[in-house]
Amino acid sequence: MAVTFTLNGKPQTVDVSPQMPLLWVLRDSLGMTGTKFGCGMALCGCCTVHLNGQPIRSCVTPISSVTGKSVTTIEGLSSDNSHPVQRAWLEVDVPQCGYCQSGQIMTAAGLLKKTAHPTDADIDEAMHGNICRCGTYQAIRQAVHLAARYQAASNADGRENKGRA
Amino acid sequence: MSITLPNPKLGRRGFLKAGVAAAGGLFIGFNLPESSKLQAAPTSATKLNAYIHIGSDDIVTFEIHKSEMGQGPMTSLSQLLAEELDCDWKQVRTEFAPLDPAYGPLQGTFGSMSIRTCWDPLRKAGASARDMLLDAAAQKWGVAKSQLRTENGFVINTANNARLSYGSLADAAGKLPVPAKVAVKDPKDFHLIGTSPKRLDTPLKVNGTAGFGLDAKRPGMVYAVLARCPVFGGKVASFDDSKAKAVPGVQQVVQISRGVAVVADNTWSAMEGRRALQVQYDEGKNANLSSASIRELFVNLAAKPGAVARNDGDVNAAMASGAKTFQAVYEVPYLSHAPMEPMNCTAEVRPDSCEVWVSTQIQTAAMGAAAKITGLPPSKIQIHTMFLGGGFGRRGGDDFVSEAVEISKAIGKPVKLTWSREDDMQHDLYRPASYAKFAAAVDKDGWPVAWDTRVVCPSFGGLRNGVDRTSVEGIIDLEYNIPNFHVDYHPPDVDIPTTYWRSVGFSQNTFFSESFLDELAVAGGKDPLEFRRHLLTKSPRLLAVLELAAEKAGWGKPLPAGHARGIAVVNNIGSFNAQVAEVSVEQGKLRVHKVVCAVDCGHVINPAGVEQQIQSGIVYGLSAAMKGAITIEHGRVVQGNFNHYDVLRINEMPVVEVHIVPSQAAPGGIGEASTPTVIPAVANAIFAATGKRLRKLPILPEDLA
Repeated sequence: MAVTFTLNGKPQTVDVSPQMPLLWVLRDSLGMTGTKFGCGMALCGCCTVHLNGQPIRSCVTPISSVTGKSVTTIEGLSSDNSHPVQRAWLEVDVPQCGYCQSGQIMTAAGLLKKTAHPTDADIDEAMHGNICRCGTYQAIRQAVHLAARYQAASNADGRENKGRA
Repeated sequence: MSITLPNPKLGRRGFLKAGVAAAGGLFIGFNLPESSKLQAAPTSATKLNAYIHIGSDDIVTFEIHKSEMGQGPMTSLSQLLAEELDCDWKQVRTEFAPLDPAYGPLQGTFGSMSIRTCWDPLRKAGASARDMLLDAAAQKWGVAKSQLRTENGFVINTANNARLSYGSLADAAGKLPVPAKVAVKDPKDFHLIGTSPKRLDTPLKVNGTAGFGLDAKRPGMVYAVLARCPVFGGKVASFDDSKAKAVPGVQQVVQISRGVAVVADNTWSAMEGRRALQVQYDEGKNANLSSASIRELFVNLAAKPGAVARNDGDVNAAMASGAKTFQAVYEVPYLSHAPMEPMNCTAEVRPDSCEVWVSTQIQTAAMGAAAKITGLPPSKIQIHTMFLGGGFGRRGGDDFVSEAVEISKAIGKPVKLTWSREDDMQHDLYRPASYAKFAAAVDKDGWPVAWDTRVVCPSFGGLRNGVDRTSVEGIIDLEYNIPNFHVDYHPPDVDIPTTYWRSVGFSQNTFFSESFLDELAVAGGKDPLEFRRHLLTKSPRLLAVLELAAEKAGWGKPLPAGHARGIAVVNNIGSFNAQVAEVSVEQGKLRVHKVVCAVDCGHVINPAGVEQQIQSGIVYGLSAAMKGAITIEHGRVVQGNFNHYDVLRINEMPVVEVHIVPSQAAPGGIGEASTPTVIPAVANAIFAATGKRLRKLPILPEDLA
């Protein structure tokens, strides 16, 4: 079955079984391996991508349900590590093994879209579904707060630039 | 050429010797492996030794022969090399080294030994390359080498300040002989060792470009999953693949020695095919094995004397004459490693050669597995090391490599074998369960005079005089001043595969011994810190971390109502750490608020890396303490995924503080340092908060109610 959706801002059509999870379409059919397989049951968060801007678990999302929608993966967050969450992750040096970090970053990016200045409780609520076996949680918490500041600063810059223009 | 396989009887101390032996043969040549996307090797690079290539563009490429599983060797080993080479850190690139005898007879990453075994040889490799660059510059300028110095990737003539870049000298330097002997820097001159440059792998790990084992891809590659007998030691009796083959995308079904492989166009089709596959298994002699039957075996063995692992003084006499005696039984279950990246391997077997792409901790073992199955000589086999999505000991196994190579050989195509999370959890090589009986006697003042432990724990490290050291480490090496000390051991015969699990025997034995010691302190009305202090007067490094952790945690100072502290200390992997945990228990709910760790790991290469590893080990230990249990029913593992084998989450993360004791001693290990200590620190804090002594893991809500 041919399914058409928007992937990282560009139209994408794949011809696969309608039940095939988005995760495996991304990884095996499209060769986009930044999104990771961890559990296959939406229990660990490694496979998190954005669907119409909301974080979802791609390992339990049939490709048919993505028809006509917009998918953003880690590869689409920015091409040059310039997204506020990526910048914060670089500054704090969050990753250890790094395998869960695509999912952590996508979840954090989703949180910051909704909540510009999350509290520790907001971070716990948004991110407790993302497992990290290397134990980078303390660094993640620090980096989410930093990303919120980066986001606020770039929004302020954006408004200023708009004002000038 | 014969292959060196890891000898299970060597144990980790044997491995250490192998690692040191690796330091001997530094300068043997090899071919460059494939470069990762963002770290392309320069086109005209000159090899100066097994670790260092310098390009005409001044890019310095380091071969990293240790696996990167989060513990940071890509960065820390680069620091060792760059410090002595005096190159520009911004020009450093890295590659994962191929399997090569230059890196020792057993190439792998285990036992928290990367820094310990690389500290000398890598600094020498850096200094040696620098010396060759100096020689090349001296020849080019026709001046004495003694008037030259190096700085940030340049050789500088001190007479006239003329400069030559390393890149411009590399070609000439590469033609010079390797110096027989070189001096390394005095530590007071270090400018990179002891600092925390950003990790070199972070940029790749925030945009999805880091290539893990599961990300390998080959032209014409197919995807496989394997149906294995769920019962340990069982095998396939027969199978019907008609329904599996009817699943869209499934190409082939083939039997291999470990099960039935379903091969498909993509991973999901292979998984669906396996779901439809009908397999009859011969479950074998373990079909009735259960956690209860295993425990019964342990309990029965514990009634009889075992092989003696340590025997100081006369424990029996001291027990008889002691003012008071104590007994306790401690136990822990089997544990899974559960790294976030499930086991996997990509193999391409051709008639005359074989390549393997794998996240492995032991490249030599991966090679051995591929050679055994293909019958090819090692010269025809290439092992490509990928980033590891966690290791923790599990990826020292070669079972997943054997499977992938066997499937590729059977179907004649490159194949990626993926283990589902259930495969990973139900066919792990587990941290063994353990059961230990403790007894002690104290004198009239409450100080211990006799200590006796009997350990029952399945062996995987090999027996020497009846004792598997990995099963009793953390007890036999206790440094407390107790004059009569006896430990004996039984290796029960249980058909459950086991292996190293972050911190190995210490992962359970430090919980046992530091908790039991706490029992003795409390029973005598003594403060647990004061009790340890009194018993560790001959162990200055342990004493120092104990004092520092206590001071930084404010030991003895008031806490919020319902909060309490516990303390523990350990000497493992050549390092020393003490931890103070602060917990509360409200309506049966345990909360670990804070963990303060003081660590002495000798000379520190990268302080931020030390802090990361201490935090990491604490989270790993807390998962085991609060959640981890693999149970066996009908010869198979009950748990299959994170819903039944949960791990610590961000909302349960305590504040972790790390304090490093400054030291010029030789570096110790760090990756496994903190895992053992946090467990008894928490258990002792729970006792202080509630009066409940926890002698069994994991700590369940009903234990606290």
